[in-house]
Amino acid sequence: MKKIDSTKRYEMLKERMGNGDMDRRSFFGLLGAAGIYAGVSGGIMTTMAQQARAAGTELYFEGWGGVVSEALRKHAFNPYEEATGNKVVDSTFGGEAEVLTKIKAAGNTNGHNILHSSGVSWYKRWVDAGYGSELNLANIPNVENVMEAIIAPFRAITPNSLSAIPYDYGTTGIAYNTKHVSEEKAKELGANLLLDKELKGKIGAWGGDWANRAWYGALQSDQDPNNIQDWDAVWDKARENRDLVLKYWSSGAELMDLLAKEEIYVTEAWSGRVAALQAQGHPIAYMDPPNGLAWMESMFVLKGSPMAEAEELLNFMLDPATAIAVAEGQKYPTSLDPNKVEMTETIKALPAYDPTGKLDKLVFRDPVVWNEVEKEQSKKWNRVSKGG
Amino acid sequence: MSSSDQSIDKRPWLLLSPSLMAITLLVVIPMAFILVYSFYENIDLAVDKVAFQFGNWSEVMTDGYYRTAIWKTLRLSVIVTVLAAVLGYIPAYFIAMTKFRDKWLLLLLLILPFWISFIIRTLSWIHIFGNQGALNGLFQLLGLTDAPLSLMYNEFTVIVGFIHVFLPYMILNIYVSLEGIDENLEPAARTLGATPWQAFREVTLPLSMPGLAAGCLLVFVLTGGSYVTPLILGGPSDFLFGNLIYDAIVTELNWPMGATLSFTLLLLLGLVVVLYSRLMGLNQLSKAFK
Repeated sequence: MKKIDSTKRYEMLKERMGNGDMDRRSFFGLLGAAGIYAGVSGGIMTTMAQQARAAGTELYFEGWGGVVSEALRKHAFNPYEEATGNKVVDSTFGGEAEVLTKIKAAGNTNGHNILHSSGVSWYKRWVDAGYGSELNLANIPNVENVMEAIIAPFRAITPNSLSAIPYDYGTTGIAYNTKHVSEEKAKELGANLLLDKELKGKIGAWGGDWANRAWYGALQSDQDPNNIQDWDAVWDKARENRDLVLKYWSSGAELMDLLAKEEIYVTEAWSGRVAALQAQGHPIAYMDPPNGLAWMESMFVLKGSPMAEAEELLNFMLDPATAIAVAEGQKYPTSLDPNKVEMTETIKALPAYDPTGKLDKLVFRDPVVWNEVEKEQSKKWNRVSKGG
Repeated sequence: MSSSDQSIDKRPWLLLSPSLMAITLLVVIPMAFILVYSFYENIDLAVDKVAFQFGNWSEVMTDGYYRTAIWKTLRLSVIVTVLAAVLGYIPAYFIAMTKFRDKWLLLLLLILPFWISFIIRTLSWIHIFGNQGALNGLFQLLGLTDAPLSLMYNEFTVIVGFIHVFLPYMILNIYVSLEGIDENLEPAARTLGATPWQAFREVTLPLSMPGLAAGCLLVFVLTGGSYVTPLILGGPSDFLFGNLIYDAIVTELNWPMGATLSFTLLLLLGLVVVLYSRLMGLNQLSKAFK
């Protein structure tokens, strides 16, 4: 029995309904049944299931949920479990700060092994906080196929060893509903499409990451996001955007739901999630404005994890067949070097895909610059988002 | 004074000791830790310095941002409590007064939603009020609207979400109170010339006040301490004091400030209980369950 949490089960159900695989009546019926099942059997069954899984090592994985977790489960974790007898217990988070809070509260990393970590900034934070492991790359031979350009920023932080393997990359651009916003208008306004007063009440924004909002505030106030000089101008733009926003979404699943149901017509969005919506047939277009935000995600192994099994899993995930299947599922290009591994047409068509393997056309956050101001500016963002 | 008068009966303390121990271990000591933490200093994200300083408290006391959050929290808690009281009294009265033989079934229906996760119950409103939700579907089916109405992510949906979740607490409190009223009192008032409305207003309502007040106190405190409902169903300006605690602890990783805000909320909600005690008397709470 695959272990999935209630949120994920709900997301799967909702996604099936969104795809038209089931009618509303069946959806509510199943939702009710799932709720009663969880209420009646949750505690007892969890205990029994834990006892039943005596064999094999358990690896606790936390990621972003929705189509990303679906792809990892289907193309990486299930085959890995079958091949090794180990178990991957996957769950979702809204952001890595949640995990750090839990670990700090518990005083240890028990129940947390591998994170689908976002960006080099978070890599630095985990390492600086003392939670970084030391991967034995000899046990991960498939790392040879990973782009040097994507590993280099991680090596710059920990030159002697790595605590994570970069796994995918993407961009946070702007998604818009083509039924309500023309391509010409989107291209003309660029990042300022998020400030279009005609779309008041139909604009969404990611509320969970202060740096994301600040990046767009910088673009809208004509500043280099990696060299912001006027923070007041940045937050003024964020306020302008806030007054037009219907909802600050906090997860990829919520982003997709808001766009699919046309609650919002425009939002900044993660490239892979938009590609997933397009694959489902929704009239959503995607554009990366000039200097749009690019990011890379890694599989971060926390200190105290069963290293041999974790390395075995990472190597399994980096196998070209697995990595490509996951990339096609989650709609984010793989970290494998296209000069070393032949990519499929599907991968080549993904937003943000870089055929050169150099990533020099994408603009990433400078972790030194952004981490330095995070304490002050994340607080500022929380106030701005609430009307301050 | 005789020696027997001076000896203290220890039995109540013995009987109370498990509860007192649990409260001490699970409430008093953790709250003491939180109070101590509120004097620490946050140096950087997730990095705190042991200190005894009042910077966090000073910020909470002097910054208008926190006062706005307190005002919004109290305002929304009052709205939810009043609406829950009005909406809860009717079913409670019906359940208490019905001659239906299997009354337990009605009570079971009341607690049935508790079997489903609070989060899922809250999320369900998206499928009712949303653009492609049941309500908009109905409006368009009946030809009332051509395009979906924007009903989600505002204060109204937050209030609906709260009432949905907390209404059973209100109904159960009022029901228990109504159940305890002598059923001959209302007919007696009627025989003395009171109209049905007068009999209810002069006899039943005052006697059910302990239950109503207990329900109000519970709903008010639960609403005031919430943060998930506005997060799921609210728009940018719909937040409560609890959301600031979430921000401080989870997104800013500033535990000392989170501790200060948590303790502030505890004091505020504690103040409500004290006010209730002064106005109603806490002994009224026990009457609600007699």
